[in-house]
Amino acid sequence: MRPILMKGHERPLTFLKYNREGDLLFSCAKDHNPTVWFADNGERLGTYRGHNGAVWCCDVSRDSMRLITGSADQTVKLWNVQTGAQLYSFNFDSPARSVDFSVGDKLAVITTDPFMGLPSTIQVKRIARDPNEQSSESVLTIKGPQGRINRVTWGPLNKTIISAGEDAVVRVWDTETGQLLKESDKETGHQKTVTSLSKSADGSHFLTGSLDKSAKLWDARTLTLIKTYVTERPVNACAISPLLDHVVIGGGQEAVHVTTTDRRAGKFEAKFFHKILQEEIGGVKGHFGPINALAFNPDGRSFSSGGEDGYVRLHHFDPDYFNIKM
Amino acid sequence: MTEVVLIEDIEASATRLGIDLSSVDLDSIQLPPGEDFGIKSDDDDDLYQDDPLEFEAGFGNIIVVDNLPVVPPEKFEKLEGVIRKIYSQIGTIREGGIWMPVNPESQKTLGYCFIEYNTPQEAELAREKTNGYKLDKSHIFAVNLFDDFEKYMKVPDEWKAAEIKPYTPGENLQQWLTDEKARDQFVIRAGSNTEVFWNDPRQLMPELVHQRQYWTESFVQWSPLGTYLATVHRQGAAVWGGATTFNRLMRFAHPQVRLIDFSPGEKYLVTFSSHEPSNPRDTHRIVINIFDVRTGKLMRDFKGNVDEFATGGSGGVSGISWPVFRWGGGKEDKYFARMGKNVISIYETETFTLIDKKSMKVENVVDFSWSPTDPILALFVPELGGGNQPARVSLVQIPGKEELRQKNLFSVSDCKMYWQNNGEYLAVKVDRYTKTKKSTYTGFELFRIKERDIPIEVLELDNKNDKIVAFAWEPKGHRFAVIHGDGPRPDVSFYSMRTTLNAGRVSKLTTLKSKQANALYWSPAGRYIVLAGLKGFNGQLEFYNVDELETMATGEHFMATDIEWDPTGRYVATAVTSVHEMENGFHIWSFSGKLLYRISRDHFYQFVWRPRPPSLLSAEKEEEIAKNLKKYSKKYEAEDQDVSMQLNEQDRRKRKMLQEQWNEWVTKWKQLHEEERQLRIELRDGVVSDEEEEYEAKEVEVEEVLDVAEEVVAFDLDQE
Repeated sequence: MRPILMKGHERPLTFLKYNREGDLLFSCAKDHNPTVWFADNGERLGTYRGHNGAVWCCDVSRDSMRLITGSADQTVKLWNVQTGAQLYSFNFDSPARSVDFSVGDKLAVITTDPFMGLPSTIQVKRIARDPNEQSSESVLTIKGPQGRINRVTWGPLNKTIISAGEDAVVRVWDTETGQLLKESDKETGHQKTVTSLSKSADGSHFLTGSLDKSAKLWDARTLTLIKTYVTERPVNACAISPLLDHVVIGGGQEAVHVTTTDRRAGKFEAKFFHKILQEEIGGVKGHFGPINALAFNPDGRSFSSGGEDGYVRLHHFDPDYFNIKM
Repeated sequence: MTEVVLIEDIEASATRLGIDLSSVDLDSIQLPPGEDFGIKSDDDDDLYQDDPLEFEAGFGNIIVVDNLPVVPPEKFEKLEGVIRKIYSQIGTIREGGIWMPVNPESQKTLGYCFIEYNTPQEAELAREKTNGYKLDKSHIFAVNLFDDFEKYMKVPDEWKAAEIKPYTPGENLQQWLTDEKARDQFVIRAGSNTEVFWNDPRQLMPELVHQRQYWTESFVQWSPLGTYLATVHRQGAAVWGGATTFNRLMRFAHPQVRLIDFSPGEKYLVTFSSHEPSNPRDTHRIVINIFDVRTGKLMRDFKGNVDEFATGGSGGVSGISWPVFRWGGGKEDKYFARMGKNVISIYETETFTLIDKKSMKVENVVDFSWSPTDPILALFVPELGGGNQPARVSLVQIPGKEELRQKNLFSVSDCKMYWQNNGEYLAVKVDRYTKTKKSTYTGFELFRIKERDIPIEVLELDNKNDKIVAFAWEPKGHRFAVIHGDGPRPDVSFYSMRTTLNAGRVSKLTTLKSKQANALYWSPAGRYIVLAGLKGFNGQLEFYNVDELETMATGEHFMATDIEWDPTGRYVATAVTSVHEMENGFHIWSFSGKLLYRISRDHFYQFVWRPRPPSLLSAEKEEEIAKNLKKYSKKYEAEDQDVSMQLNEQDRRKRKMLQEQWNEWVTKWKQLHEEERQLRIELRDGVVSDEEEEYEAKEVEVEEVLDVAEEVVAFDLDQE
């Protein structure tokens, strides 16, 4: 498996997202330009220029027409995927950390960081079909969790919103009322900041990665803890294979702690685990910094990883991978 | 006492008096001085509370000096002067701290006095130093701590026969050796936990035997034969053991004990502590106690300043090279010795006194070591008088103190002695100056202890300039391994003291070139060795068979700091201890270099295998077993197979269960997903497709005209 090295960002990667067809890969980084690539050969198609701060997260609509990006410049922007034109900009009072389109792409959920005394929020915006009719009004605003909310996503049928962040608790909210429906258990749940969240293809379950060196698999409807995958490194990113019963987990020592002796010390591998048996299958080395972002191609035949080192590495699996017996 | 006035009462009386409380400015009310109307403010209490005076508890700092001369009043001052002179040397006497009682009738002194020091430590020291002090022939001081008098008073005047307790059989302290599967134990310390495990390589995991939090305050240590596990605490050391539960067997009181050491036959325990002096100009005081492990009785104590103990070797705690006392004479624990300036003091354990009542004089001795099995001492004396007197290595028989063998060495810079563990050979690594004296080179002097007249052989490496990185004898064997070389990839050579061709000569077996190794770990059974690259080499391991002279396997335990063979030579443990922040934990390997299992633990401090006592089988019996190994091994192979089948079966069942559980989830999800299908379609404005396969790949060709240019091309027909 020879990876394709995609060097387009000047700063650490923060997020990766494939479109539904799996032919485009969107990458966000701490430089201000989200980038779109051909998911097949790693060729760069273009960038979306307009942000004035690190871009933390993005999502692409089902028809691959719209891109939504959340940035530390306190805006969330809508883009035309094809032309790269900015369609709309939502302004906030604090950095936007996470964005997610709902099923049907008519709503988007956005989280903002606690900033200058303001608490963190989860906000829902209505996305208009015609950008000229777009309003900046929030349909729903949820406040409550302490600290940053690193990830937010929609539950099945847009009925719930799932959030997780610095307080290590995974929460499920009612989309209509904004009420807290479920909370993960403090004992069995994560012990440290949840850094990443990734849904399964059908949205029935999701995987969270945490700095407590573990990733956990949850049922999206009942918030039941199903599996735990334990590694030796803080987890920054995770993804569920849409094809096989595999999950991939990445992370590594924090950049400030990275030793200068040997790059193996930092554990910058992307580790594959068997989703059901919770056993480690193997690892993919390559980054020389912690892995910050991971994404599976929707066809399950390739995946990409983004690192603190500023590279995106695109891996097409060898035929052997599909014959791994456990 | 303070009367408590409630707000309601005040309000009640205010309404009674017709006063509107809200109109009263309470701050403007001035009370006549000294008047509080019986209301005490509670915040004043803190101010009146004085710091409690520190009273000295007990009389620990007072000593009683007896057997003083009885003197009339006119000589009283002179005697007091003498006593003050003697006792003020030892510590600071309190003001008015000497009190000599006088007989009211005869006006003469009573022949004893009390002296009060500043600290109990000084009092203790004074008692130690002056008890038995000869003022003159008829006045030998008897000095006691005041606190001890009570104890002495309680001693009954008449002798009573000691009550003999009925014998209660103790636990079998060697229970662990009777394990049916012949497994070995090890102890680990991680975080605040100390745990003892069975190493169970068949199950590929350890099995917990005993676990305890805060079992020790600094470290744990097995006794040399594995019977006891010693822990170290502020009040002293303790040993634990027994059939299953690790009960405390004995406590050894020694305040602030820092280091401990067992005698090789684990009969005695040596404990060490170093104490801050009360006077900062003084050196640290050292206390060393030797206990009998089984009875807990203090056999002998040594006290003194650091300087008295810090000779020769450097390092260790506050300049002391530990162990201070080295045990000799094998497992019988007959002798122990320590080095002083120009002397070696050898004690024997029958009486715990010096042999022949005096130390052995050896001018300028800098190093000594015991043979591991016999009462033979090896000494090293460096060059003296600028090279006029050669350096010397000599072997001395104890208790006779006869010199068995001596070897003079010239232009020596340093010497190190390595005994083979059966005491058959002694290798002395000699660093010599080159002629220019600018650099050194290394050679070996090999002593054959068990042969007549102890022949000595000189061994030089092929390349004399190679630095010696490590040296190790094969346990119970006749071979040794040396890592030598200057570069980052040194060579490893194996030598034998006896080969079939020339039985009495040392010969080289092989040299392995360019190895990433800086440490040697022989299997305790010999034959196999681990060449390890620790520190700079990041934990490279090579498992080498010296009989066949071939590498069995190579491995890596990244960042490994410690390597230890189990006492039987079947398994190797490699560990990363908390010197590194990451990767803490240990791996267990087979002797042949197969990684069996790994355990990670944060804050991992110690991994120690439980030693075993030497085998009771005779050499002939062992040989016979080795010969018929096939016959014996059949049984174990069958067992191994059973276990592995069982494990497979368990594993299979577990996997099946997990798979079934997962399938349940998936079916549920599928069903829900199906139920929600219609709703989802509605959310997507009637787009039906749920599945990814339903999209069509359309190839769209986009042609873009970038540039159009017309050019006249000259075409010359004539050229053909």
